[in-house]
This record gives sequence, structure tokens and C-alpha cells, in this order.
Amino acid sequence: MLFGYEWDLSSPLAFAVSILPILLIGMWVTIQAAVLGFLVALVLGLLFAVLKSAPSRWVSWPAAVVTEFIRDTPLLVQLFFLYYVLPEYGVVLPAFMTGALALGIQYSAYTSEVYRAGLEAVSRDQHEAARALNLSAVRTFTHIVVPQAVPRIVPAMGNYLVSIMKDVPVLSVVTVLEMLNVAKIVGDRTFSYLIPLSLVGGLYLIMTLVASAGVRLLDAWLPKQGIPLK
Amino acid sequence: MSDNTDPIITFDQVVKRFGDLTVLDKLDFEVKRGEKVTIIGPSGSGKSTVLRILMTLEGIDGGVVTVGGEPLWHEQGPEGLRPASEAHLRKMRSRLGMVFQQFNLFPHMTVLRNITEAPVKVLGLSKVEARTRAEELLELVGLADQAQKYPHQLSGGQQQRVGIARALAMRPDVLLFDEPTSALDPELVGEVLNVIGQLAEEHDLTMLLVTHEMRFAREVSDRVCFFDQGRIREQGTPEQLFTDPREQRTREFLAAVLDA
Repeated sequence: MLFGYEWDLSSPLAFAVSILPILLIGMWVTIQAAVLGFLVALVLGLLFAVLKSAPSRWVSWPAAVVTEFIRDTPLLVQLFFLYYVLPEYGVVLPAFMTGALALGIQYSAYTSEVYRAGLEAVSRDQHEAARALNLSAVRTFTHIVVPQAVPRIVPAMGNYLVSIMKDVPVLSVVTVLEMLNVAKIVGDRTFSYLIPLSLVGGLYLIMTLVASAGVRLLDAWLPKQGIPLK
Repeated sequence: MSDNTDPIITFDQVVKRFGDLTVLDKLDFEVKRGEKVTIIGPSGSGKSTVLRILMTLEGIDGGVVTVGGEPLWHEQGPEGLRPASEAHLRKMRSRLGMVFQQFNLFPHMTVLRNITEAPVKVLGLSKVEARTRAEELLELVGLADQAQKYPHQLSGGQQQRVGIARALAMRPDVLLFDEPTSALDPELVGEVLNVIGQLAEEHDLTMLLVTHEMRFAREVSDRVCFFDQGRIREQGTPEQLFTDPREQRTREFLAAVLDA
């Protein structure tokens, strides 16, 4: 029994049906961790992108070093660091929060590059035209640069959303009951791994396909008229 | 143009460097109100830099530039001139408009929106006023029926005419043309030059043009300046400069471009 659901080992089908609600609870945790981590990556990545393109080297250089460091160290190391080291200094977060944060930090290093590439793809000519017309810096950013950068950014961001979903099982090592962890517990207790793990694979496929379709819909909906995309 | 009007643009001993390269070498230059001046010269002679400095796209490393009698890159402080603040540059910039070689239209905006964006957001016109103004200007450049199109749906020549309308919509005192036909296919050059020529004839707008179209420069200008190595090597009426250049360097340049 897990989460109040009993499993039925009378037949493979009955087993699968009986543990599906348990796995769905785990899947919900997976989705929450992925979405929360993705949101952290979107916000933190934008911050890093802005810092990296700052005119002052005293700002851009440390930002570049930090993102490079994040990118070049394993997610698991960062996760352990947040989970085991921070409490030594009095920062105690729930396992789920720690995990989502670790995912967000890791992926912010990638998303910052996506932002930077997207913003830089808007040519200097566009900035000059806006300046010649006396548009303010804010107006130029929000109405000239961002509308041209977003359609370039969305597809790449979508890939990272899918990727982050697939990295959520790493959080099982710090006791987060995400889908894979739940399936493993079911396997440990029933000595039957084939069906729970196969179901995890199937549910993952559904999840990532839905996420990809969502990104494609968003991409199709974005106004792209006239914007030269590669 | 009469000689007794005050100059609207002056360059006084202006120096501009890019690294070790001196692009403008103590340049002295004046344009009178309403005057149509063409700048010609070999590439790298600093022609476009003059326009880019006026449009505040490039700063200067020495000397003083004035527009409408006020310093452009400086403002009056308690102890003489000091470098201009962004607020001062914004005020000065409103006197100038620029037409770019690559048009630089906003690709995600319709033709109409390209022309109305700045009048609404910078000049504070109502959308209706801006639209009316834009429609008049589109009429002027012969694109009245293209308002709802996006730049990529237009030919290069049409895009450049939108670029001209967009600059005019800000009602500048001076319009700068930076090689407006250099990026166009040869068969599209004429329609753009016609519009510029018509503007020059019918409006008292001050126009400063950098171009390689020598015949056009001859027709449209009050004065032609030959730039070489960051200075004006020779200037005069088109008639004088094109038929009877005094300087050997001018003669060589004209021979080279007119043969081509």
C-alpha cells in the first residue's frame, strides 16, 4: 500500500491498473518540480543574460564565470550541495523546494544563453533606427527588441522544459517522491519492477509529448510576421 | 539658398577616431537652413560618420558640432561646455531624421505602425493624428495602398520610401540620407531618387545626403562636398565641382566613379 492505494497482484493488468493512481500522484510531483524549476530557470536565466551583457566588465565577467561554473558541474553535485550543505548554515528548505531550486539554477545557465542569443539576434540597425526616432530605451526594449527576440527564444526554451522534466528523477536521491521514486518503492515492495517502470516510461512519453505540443502551439500563436528567423 | 541665413549645422574642428584610425580630422563644415548638400567621396573618407554623428549614433573625440545654434554633443554648464546628457541628446535628436542604407524598418510592424510608432510614443500625437499624418506621407512617397503590409512584403525601393516617410513623420528640421540607394537593385534606385528629388524641390527641409549617385547629386544639390581622408577636400556648386574640379584628387575620384 502506498498513498492509501492497495495494489492488486492477481494479474499484470490488474497490477498496472491498481498502481496507476499511485504513479499519477508521483507524476503530479514531477510536473510541479519541472514547472517550478523551469520558472526559476526563466527568471534567473534572464537575470544572468542581462548581467552577462552589462557594459561593465566588473558585472559581466563574474556573471559569465558563475553561469559557466553552473553549467560545468553536475546537477547531482549542486543538488547535494543545496540539500546537505545549506542546512549547516541554517538554511533548511523542504526536499521538494531544494530540488526545484537546483533544477532551476542548473537550467538558468542554459536559458541565459538562449536569452542572450535571442536578444543579440535583433541587429544593431534596429537599435539605431529606434534611437534615430527618439524612442526611449524602455520602449525600444519592450516594443522593438522583445517582440523580435521572443519568437527566436520560445522553441529553444521549449526544449529545455522537456529536458528539465526528464531530469526530475534526479531529485529522488534527496527523497522527493517524484514518479520514478514512487515506481521504485512499488517495485521494492512487490518485487515486481517491470510494470511500474514501464508505466513510468509511458507516462513520461505522454508528459513530454504534451509539453512539446504546448510549446509548438505557443510558437504557432506568436506573431512572427516579417521577423527574419533562421 | 541665400547666403545670409544662419547655418543650421556646423562642425568646428571635429575629430572622430575609431581606435587608431582618424575618421574625421579637424573637420570644419556648415550647412545652411534649407540647403541641400551632398557628400561624395571614396569609402572610408568619413562621409557616413558625419551623418551618424549628427544622428547621435556616434560620439565625437574633439571639436564642437552644433545643430540649430546649440551644441549637439555638449551642453552649457556653469563652467563652459560639458558632455551632453541623454536628456539633451533626446531634445537635439528631435531636430533630425535619418534614412538608412539598409532601411532599418521594424520588421514586426506594419508600414503604418512603422510610421506612427514614434509620433505617438515620442511626440505624443493621438493615434488618429499620427495615422492621418502617416497616410499623407504614404501618399507623398506613392505608397498609399501599402499601409497594412509588412516590410518584407515590399520591394527594397518601397521599403526605402517607407523609411523616408517614417523619418518625415517626426517633422525634423534636417533629414539625413545615408547612401539611401546603395542597398537597392539597380532598377529600384530611380523610384527612391524621384521621391528624394521631389522632397528637395517642394520642401524647405534641410537635406544632407551621402550618395554614390553622381548624376542625382548633380541634379538635386545646392552644394556638393568632396570628402577625402576625413576632411572636405573640395566643395562647390554641382556645376563647378563636376565640370571643373580644382583638385587633382577630386578629378581622379570623379573619373573613377563616372567611368564605372
